[in-house]
Amino acid sequence: MFGISSLSGPLHAATLIGIVLVEALVLHVGYGSVFKVAGDEVISSIEDQ
Amino acid sequence: MAIGGVSLATIATFAGFGVLVGLIFGFFGMGSFLVPPILLVMGYDSTVAVGSGLAFVFGTAVIATLKHRDLDQVHPRLGVVTIVGTTLGIEVGKRGLLALRDAGMAVGVVGGAYVLLLGAVGTLVIRDALSAEGTGEPVGEEDRVTVPEWVSSLAEIDPIAVPADWLGRIVPFDTRISLPGGGSIAVWSLFAITFVTGVPAGLLGIGGGFMRIPALTYLVGVPMSIAVGTNVFALAISGGIGAFSWAQAGGVDLSIVAPLLLGSALGARLGSTITDYVPEGSSRIYFGAMLILSAVAVATKRVGARLDVPWLRLVGIALIVGSALIVSALVLRAAVTSIRDDGRKQAAPSD
Repeated sequence: MFGISSLSGPLHAATLIGIVLVEALVLHVGYGSVFKVAGDEVISSIEDQ
Repeated sequence: MAIGGVSLATIATFAGFGVLVGLIFGFFGMGSFLVPPILLVMGYDSTVAVGSGLAFVFGTAVIATLKHRDLDQVHPRLGVVTIVGTTLGIEVGKRGLLALRDAGMAVGVVGGAYVLLLGAVGTLVIRDALSAEGTGEPVGEEDRVTVPEWVSSLAEIDPIAVPADWLGRIVPFDTRISLPGGGSIAVWSLFAITFVTGVPAGLLGIGGGFMRIPALTYLVGVPMSIAVGTNVFALAISGGIGAFSWAQAGGVDLSIVAPLLLGSALGARLGSTITDYVPEGSSRIYFGAMLILSAVAVATKRVGARLDVPWLRLVGIALIVGSALIVSALVLRAAVTSIRDDGRKQAAPSD
């Protein structure tokens, strides 16, 4: 998967961990944007209930 | 339909499970123990279950750390000493585990100690939270945890200053760490506390957050939200190192980690955010409840394995997931109630 199986030992491991880190950072930014846009509205709607 | 050889149904299952684990992780700063049992039940090899679980913990801890940092709940210097103390403690514990294994006592001792520790720490945390005055009220300065007198006196002793001044001069950072909300602790006292909590973690083959967070809260005296933030910071570093090691052994499968992370990123952000809304007293009760339920689940699973009763092992795993679901629902409910109360207070006319 992701075409990295040809890499060897430590490089393969470092690439895998790098991919996990990049995915985590992208998701943090992505969900962060969603929370920024919708967060206040959700909080307000809960407060109004 | 499949993506990268993985069916959409599997991806959705992993993502959904990721949301649950991420929520627990973001709120309590622990939960790594939830993943490997599920992967094992799904038929994955134990190397892949542990390695992918650790890579997932690394990614989720990075996200939770970033969110806790935004909320000013990560104490980097506390975290760095915690990492060093815990890592050395885990190494010592690991050697103890190998010695027990050689003596043929590992399974019984580890299983029993795990259940006892989970149950005992959970009971102590709940007892303390219920007996504390002001339970259920939003945390303020007056609600800060009280550091036991013997710990305060331990923190006042700076071992570096005792042997010789030259030792203090070669240490590249101040020998005391200022604590959030006032006070300070000697680096070596903090090191000793995190080392001691690291030993059983290494002995049991777990992350040890369930011991480290109460130790930081009760023995060091930091608020639980900062103990959680600092713990996930420590987990991000140690999880990354562990995941790298398992990846070299072929234990990290991205087709598992990527969808799990997709869900846990959302859960961890949500869990970290609501730490700001749930009162500290309630957080401690939920934390204790999570530990006690986990103790029952682990005990059931161990008994099932010992007596070779497959359905009992499945009941244990169902209990682990079920307790995570119940506690997550309670935490979300507490956060919603707190937000509503805030709304009512704001709407109420002032005198």
